[in-house]
Amino acid sequence: MALGIWAGMLGVLITRPSRVQVALGGAWDEKLAVFTLFVGLLVSWLWSWWDVRRTVTPGRVGVSQWDLAVIAFSRNRTAVAGLIVVVALYLVALVTPLIAPHGPNVQYDLVTMRLVGLSAEHPLGTDQFARDVLSRLLYGARISLTIGFVAVGISVSIGTLLGSVAGFFGGVVDGVIMRFVDMVISFPRLVLLITIIAIFEPSIFLIIAVLGLTLWPSTARIVRGEVLSLREREFVQAAEALGYPKRRIIFRHLVPNALAPVIVAATLGIGNTIVLEAGLSFLGLGVQPPTASWGTMVAAGRNNLLDAWWLSTFPGLAIVFTVLSFNLVGDGLRDALDPRLRS
Amino acid sequence: MTTYVLRRLAGAVPLILGIATIIFFLVNLAPGDPTLLLIAPGVTDEVVQQMRENFGLDQPVHIRYVRWMAAMLTGDFGYSFSHSRPVIDVIADFLPNTLLLTVCALAIAFVFGIVLGTIQAVRQYSAMDSVLSVVLLFFYSMPSFWLALMLILTLSLSARNLWEWPIWFPASGMNSVDYDYLSLAGRIMDRARHLVLPTLSLSLVLTAGIARYMRGSMLEVIRQDFVRTAQAKGLPERVVVFKHALRNALIPIITLVGLYIPVLFSGTVFIELIFAWPGMGRTLVDAIFTRDYPLVMAGTFFFACMVVAANLVADVLYAVVDPRIRYD
Repeated sequence: MALGIWAGMLGVLITRPSRVQVALGGAWDEKLAVFTLFVGLLVSWLWSWWDVRRTVTPGRVGVSQWDLAVIAFSRNRTAVAGLIVVVALYLVALVTPLIAPHGPNVQYDLVTMRLVGLSAEHPLGTDQFARDVLSRLLYGARISLTIGFVAVGISVSIGTLLGSVAGFFGGVVDGVIMRFVDMVISFPRLVLLITIIAIFEPSIFLIIAVLGLTLWPSTARIVRGEVLSLREREFVQAAEALGYPKRRIIFRHLVPNALAPVIVAATLGIGNTIVLEAGLSFLGLGVQPPTASWGTMVAAGRNNLLDAWWLSTFPGLAIVFTVLSFNLVGDGLRDALDPRLRS
Repeated sequence: MTTYVLRRLAGAVPLILGIATIIFFLVNLAPGDPTLLLIAPGVTDEVVQQMRENFGLDQPVHIRYVRWMAAMLTGDFGYSFSHSRPVIDVIADFLPNTLLLTVCALAIAFVFGIVLGTIQAVRQYSAMDSVLSVVLLFFYSMPSFWLALMLILTLSLSARNLWEWPIWFPASGMNSVDYDYLSLAGRIMDRARHLVLPTLSLSLVLTAGIARYMRGSMLEVIRQDFVRTAQAKGLPERVVVFKHALRNALIPIITLVGLYIPVLFSGTVFIELIFAWPGMGRTLVDAIFTRDYPLVMAGTFFFACMVVAANLVADVLYAVVDPRIRYD
């Protein structure tokens, strides 16, 4: 994988040096792209050095739970393939200003170039405003991946916090938090999202915030279940006997051991969030045009569905493959982290 | 058993009240005034004020909340601004269509999901298992609205004219133009043909999820001792699988019903929009866009209540099927 990253980055640098030079003085995302390029080159080169020179250290006392999980995960070929695709997607999304063949909102001649099919110049065709579909697809990847990651990050943080507090303290605190969790889970998530976003005007911050705030209840339930079963273990009793403050017991002892199913749920949640964000954009409640997002591209292709099938097909395929790889990684993580399924 | 059911019912009541409260405050604390959408630009302020009073929008929020809750508990859900009809009539018109679509999709998803999951588990490590795993994961990762568009692209009438192949299904609406002139059998056929594409796009994603879950559950059950005993007894494989293993593997699937119903309702929003199906999802989205507060509140409340009811039914079924749960 390091070789692939290194070769890819070098390829970009070699084939489009002028673009890189322009980008050095451009907007902040172009600078980030160049930064990623060089960091990618450096990191993959250093990693292959470290990989070659690493020796097996004798005298290791034992392997930790996470080491076992890593070994089990790396034996699962489909999961590793999914992980490679996910990493490649994020890298491509970061380097997009340098590799997209055209800009995302650049319009060509509206008379001759609109709704052109697959061609050499525009590998995935052009849309009804004569913009290149492939470039819009790449820029749309940035939006989807960012929103997915940040929204799930928010929800995992809130969910872990509230779930561990509810599980640890029990009683009234537990009752109140779980009632609230039940209430939010009972809503169809999309209906709640549409209601909130349509009423307060759509913007990227609102979308990320609302997506995160509707996902945390399921994480909270998972964490609460884990904490409830972990709370009776001896190490927690030992920590309490030693007089540690409750805050420390929760965050340094209970939460790290409860994280395994949370990681799985978070990975699967990113895929779910990407599909939901595409759905919101499809309804017109996501990122607003002209910003390219996969959902808006599918919606825009709906009017010309039978004349220009490439407008709706390719963004949808992009969604499917992205979510597919996240699901593969999530399944692999679940198999690797679940002690019962290991032989 | 009855105490279990009663306790669940008693727990559902404050849940529903809490949901109603959340909905009310969410919708009514929003910026924007719905009366402004319904007036011509040149009217005087007195007319606007009169309209606000008519719709009850001039009271402070907490008074509106109390009045709304009181009215709702007696069954009066208010008057829809955009449809100019009582909200109950609007919901009574559109909800059965959504229920038809949802029930069909749920039935197909469960039947096919269980069958496919069982096949995968019984024939583990075979080629069919691998192929089905890939295909099911592909469908599981699909957004339902894109699947709907692809189905229209391949299976609608215009597609048949374009690509020239034999079968096609209607891509919009619930009835054909000549619905009223058909016989009863013709009407049922017509309704069924209109149901095919929407149900397919709604249920394929769900089928994939259920099949994956069923496979895992079935694999766990097949490894257990009682299945090995049944095989050692010489029972035919059909009996072992369907009479012994399947019933035990179905238990966690029941909880999936409760989990997947909100997903199903979310999906109906897209499907009804794309296929112009006159149902509750599309009505709700239109109401949200036109700031029709009573309809939004009542519609969301109904959806949430159906989810709670489905969870309740799932819990009770779980207790019926698994005696270990009853004495909780």
